Amino acid sequence: MIDRAVADSLPRKNGELVFEAPWEGRAFGMAVVMHDRGAYRWGDFRDRLVEHISDASVPYYESWLGALESLLLGHGLIEQGELKTRFQDFKQLRRDPVF
Amino acid sequence: MSDRHTHDHDHDHDHDHGHHPEPPSDAEARALALESLLREKGLISGEEIDRIVSAYEHDIGPMIGARVVARAWTDPEYRRRLLADAAPAVAELALGGPSATNLTVIANTPEVHNLVVCTLCSCYPWAVLGLPPSWYKSPAYRSRAVREPRAVLHEFGLELPDSVRVNVWDSSSDLRYMVLPERPVGTEGWSEDELAALVTRDCMIGVARPQTPAAARS
Repeated sequence: MIDRAVADSLPRKNGELVFEAPWEGRAFGMAVVMHDRGAYRWGDFRDRLVEHISDASVPYYESWLGALESLLLGHGLIEQGELKTRFQDFKQLRRDPVF
Repeated sequence: MSDRHTHDHDHDHDHDHGHHPEPPSDAEARALALESLLREKGLISGEEIDRIVSAYEHDIGPMIGARVVARAWTDPEYRRRLLADAAPAVAELALGGPSATNLTVIANTPEVHNLVVCTLCSCYPWAVLGLPPSWYKSPAYRSRAVREPRAVLHEFGLELPDSVRVNVWDSSSDLRYMVLPERPVGTEGWSEDELAALVTRDCMIGVARPQTPAAARS
């Protein structure tokens, strides 16, 4: 019941949720903000997205997130090791969500 | 989604902070990891992300494109400017959205129907339509819109006479398209607000046509 009420209160465009879960919005927002801050050209992000989206078995925003991770790793803005460690921290509840 | 879905909508939560009963999904944990690292490094702030998310959830959407279409229907000179160079024409309406850079508007005519797709990913005119619907991003739509547009339109409930040519426009990050539908007959003398109410997102992607006044009233 609560899920339903929350879902009903979320904005829709032509009957669809913009984001199906909060993390999708965060992934979207991070890509836009990093671009706006000059970290990469949008075409470079798009090229990575095309690569990741070619695996049709992966849900859309997971492809989006994978594209963003690989682009930021490629630009040296984050490192693979710290990303893995931080992922495990959240996965094993050693950190509270930031959103 | 699970019950965790509910908790996570609670952006301003005080009451359940620190009570994350189950581990996050892998995708969620990846997003959390990335955001927390970027914030820690000072490369991004949570508030910036909040602003973008909120803008696309609340303020930027097909209502912007609908206003542009309604103006083009009532003002031939605006229509000419819009088709020649869309970004400044959209900005004229000062709708508060992001700049419509790279936008091209293509007009339907009695002879030509236009359909927009992004075959490689999900490029879409965010500034005027917001974020794309799920089906626009689906492999099926992306592959079939070019190969068999009439079959796709049929599945959307749009039947076009054989005499109408279908043009399919493949979007990219540098070229994003919006369709200017034909103004429905029987709307002479309508205000821009009344006209804008007839224009749906799907009309501006090209998988539908604006409702006729009779259908809009029923």
